[in-house]
Amino acid sequence: MWQRNHKSSEERKLELRLGPPGEESPNESIKKCNRERNESSLTLGYFSTQKISSSDKPGPGGAMLPSAWPSTSYHQHQPKAKASFLQLQSCPKNMIVMGKDVPQLCCVENKTFSPSSANTAVSKRTASGPVVGWPPIRSFRKNIASGSTSKLPSGSHQHQHVVKDKVAGKNSGKGLFVKINMDGVPIGRKVDINAYDSYEKLSSAVDELFRGLLVELNLSHVGSSSCYSGQRDSCAGGNQNKEEEKKANTGLLVGSGEYTLVYEDNEGDRMLVGDVPWHMFVSTVKRVRVLKRSDLPAFTHSSKQN
Amino acid sequence: MPRLAYSFPEEVLEHVFSFIECDKDRGSISLVCKSWYEIEAWCRRRVFVGNCYAVSPATVVKRFPKVRSVAIKGKPHFADFNLVPEGWGAYVFPWIKAMAAAYPWLQEIRLKRMVITDECLELIAKSFKNFSVLVLTSCEGFTTDGLAAITANCRNLRELELRESEVEDICGHWLSHFPDSYTSLVSLNISCLGNEVNLSALERLVSRCTNLQTLRLNRAVPLEKLANLLRGAPQLVELGTGTYSTEMRPEVFANLAEAFSGCKQLKSLSGFWDVLPSYLPALYPVCSSLTSLNLSYATIQSSDLIKLVSQCESLQRLWVLDYIEDAGLEVIAASCKDLRELRVFPSDPFGLEPNVALTEQGLVSVSEGCTKLQSVLYFCRQMSNAALDTIARNRPNMTRFRLCIIEPRAPDYLTREPLDAGFGAIVEHCKDLRRLSLSGLLSDRVFEYIGTYGKKLEMLSVAFAGDTDLGLHHVLSGCDNLRKLEIRDCPFGDKALLANAAKLETMRSLWMSSCLVSYGACKLLGLKLPRLNVEVIDERGPPDSRPDSSPVEKLYIYRTVSGPRLDMPGYVWRMEDDSALRVS
Repeated sequence: MWQRNHKSSEERKLELRLGPPGEESPNESIKKCNRERNESSLTLGYFSTQKISSSDKPGPGGAMLPSAWPSTSYHQHQPKAKASFLQLQSCPKNMIVMGKDVPQLCCVENKTFSPSSANTAVSKRTASGPVVGWPPIRSFRKNIASGSTSKLPSGSHQHQHVVKDKVAGKNSGKGLFVKINMDGVPIGRKVDINAYDSYEKLSSAVDELFRGLLVELNLSHVGSSSCYSGQRDSCAGGNQNKEEEKKANTGLLVGSGEYTLVYEDNEGDRMLVGDVPWHMFVSTVKRVRVLKRSDLPAFTHSSKQN
Repeated sequence: MPRLAYSFPEEVLEHVFSFIECDKDRGSISLVCKSWYEIEAWCRRRVFVGNCYAVSPATVVKRFPKVRSVAIKGKPHFADFNLVPEGWGAYVFPWIKAMAAAYPWLQEIRLKRMVITDECLELIAKSFKNFSVLVLTSCEGFTTDGLAAITANCRNLRELELRESEVEDICGHWLSHFPDSYTSLVSLNISCLGNEVNLSALERLVSRCTNLQTLRLNRAVPLEKLANLLRGAPQLVELGTGTYSTEMRPEVFANLAEAFSGCKQLKSLSGFWDVLPSYLPALYPVCSSLTSLNLSYATIQSSDLIKLVSQCESLQRLWVLDYIEDAGLEVIAASCKDLRELRVFPSDPFGLEPNVALTEQGLVSVSEGCTKLQSVLYFCRQMSNAALDTIARNRPNMTRFRLCIIEPRAPDYLTREPLDAGFGAIVEHCKDLRRLSLSGLLSDRVFEYIGTYGKKLEMLSVAFAGDTDLGLHHVLSGCDNLRKLEIRDCPFGDKALLANAAKLETMRSLWMSSCLVSYGACKLLGLKLPRLNVEVIDERGPPDSRPDSSPVEKLYIYRTVSGPRLDMPGYVWRMEDDSALRVS
């Protein structure tokens, strides 16, 4: 996967430098040091040949951090260093999903790398949102506290909070994380179904999750709310929806209606999202898939008649 | 020169070696001379592979032809916290396939953080006639159908443990596939399964397997059924309950209490989902002999926890939620004098404000009262250098210390300073410390202490800490016994890594995510150290599409004797070494 097309420039780029990522022209004397030693046997002594800055604390070997390095202290604001940090901020902020936990591809980390925010990071965690994988607890320990508040449950309410969870024993009532995969995207995501209370919100969140990875996304099928609110009969087989969705066409996602949402229920069957009332969907969904409309079986494309 | 090695017949040496169980010692034996290498290899029965990619199945099978028991670990530890994307690897199939051909007499398979499919389970059931132990810890990729293959075919199965694994729960009847004639079960752990198993089949299984010692039920087993199960297995040593709550009915309670008092050998309890405190007294008959108690799902108040734990005078291991509070830990410090391991989990990890009265004081109390305490995992919301110093001085026998202050970069709450001195005290006083996890506000200084004092440290976990590369340099250059290092969200970059590149070959693995290691540095490492796999994990797309100076998202470096792995997903790139390039 890694092509070596320009050997000489590659070798130059690989040359060990003193500066942090992004610095173009390393100190000349340092370059000479480089050439004298084998990269792999560089030792602490290498550090101590540099000019000592009075603001630096000495390390165990008397080594000092050279003042030639712009990012001596992580907490200082360094415009040069920031340039390379910005590359980590390529993910748009709106990829943060609602709900308590954040899926794997974390873009909250752009906060971590901005030097100017490092100073404020010492203060209490605020609305910037949760960090992936922190605190370091396993998923099945994440939603232990029963009930809607985090207060201690009283004994008399205990048995009312017994939750029969249906998803692999990991999620207890509070967060219902299911996998969501999309055609054409090798890496799936996870979404907390309990964080939404309607199909519209879910499809909007799915849109945000996969936006930027594919050009067009239209989940028009799920946008229609009339298909399940009290009109079960007409929804059988999903044929009625075809009419509804053309009209409703959830304005959330601009596109040609190329994609639709399906899910796998607790019996292992693949179902079209949107047929059943939201709470029923929540209690039976096990995983979700975003499919190309063209991949759906013929009957969902056909007209109303079976 | 006399060839001493040949003065003993091989059988004698083999017999002598059979007393050596420890892998490290076996390794040393194999280095003495060629014949010892061969004899040792021939008689090795257990193999432990700490990193499934460090060596290929073919190599293992070729060197050790007579293995009966295998343990393999896959994904990096941070996979537990969703830092490793799906599809990363750790597939056990190649191992099962190789062993199916080479070890027809294989008895035991223990896996951790690996992907095992139903196909693998079917292959196991089919290939190993004497198969007896299957332990899957934090594994995934299989369903209850695969389990059915095991239960239906493995006549000699003794242990089946699914510890915290992700199992697709299709149907509870897999348990019924044990034939009626099957009675050899010793250990069954289904605690991670979501759905019900066939309860009557379970009851019959439990009562006919008279050697059953460990039974860990899943949440779906109702409390009313527990008494019957216990009556069927009064010899149980380890029990995991199901849900521990039902309508309060005196006859149910009496039944349960009687069943528990019939279990005279019970030493370990776990489970306790949805606890109704009024049912806890049913446990009182067994409390005084308990050595291990896992209440980490029990969402009950401190007072109820205290009533229970204060009776467990023989307790050695306690896992509990922070509902125990400082008051409860003080009681534990007074009552549980034999305590060796304490884990306190957060009940509300994502809340911004504390929901319980649990502070650093609880841990200090336990460190004072429990003189045998050596292993700690503690989640809390405030810590001070003074407390850490006290803990360190109280417990120089500490071997595992993992502290998680929930707020990243939280300073000493009394002085607002970094917690460098506190953790420094830990590494300085606890000379046998093997595992350490840091948290809170930490500068490079703490790493200086760790590098200076952490000479026995084998595993270090770091998050949101440090100022410069000097921090990482201290650790890599100072910790002589470091095997696993995992780092996230720290400002460590190229310099320390490149300056200590050789160190990486002495370690099992290094994980760095959300740090400042550049793609160029990764390439350089991969180039110069062919015995390492330097794998860049980057979900943004090929690292080549960004400048060499651009930091990689995640980096996993591990030593290996089998070269690049062949199953990397699209978001993992291995940095090539010299040998590949010379060909072109």
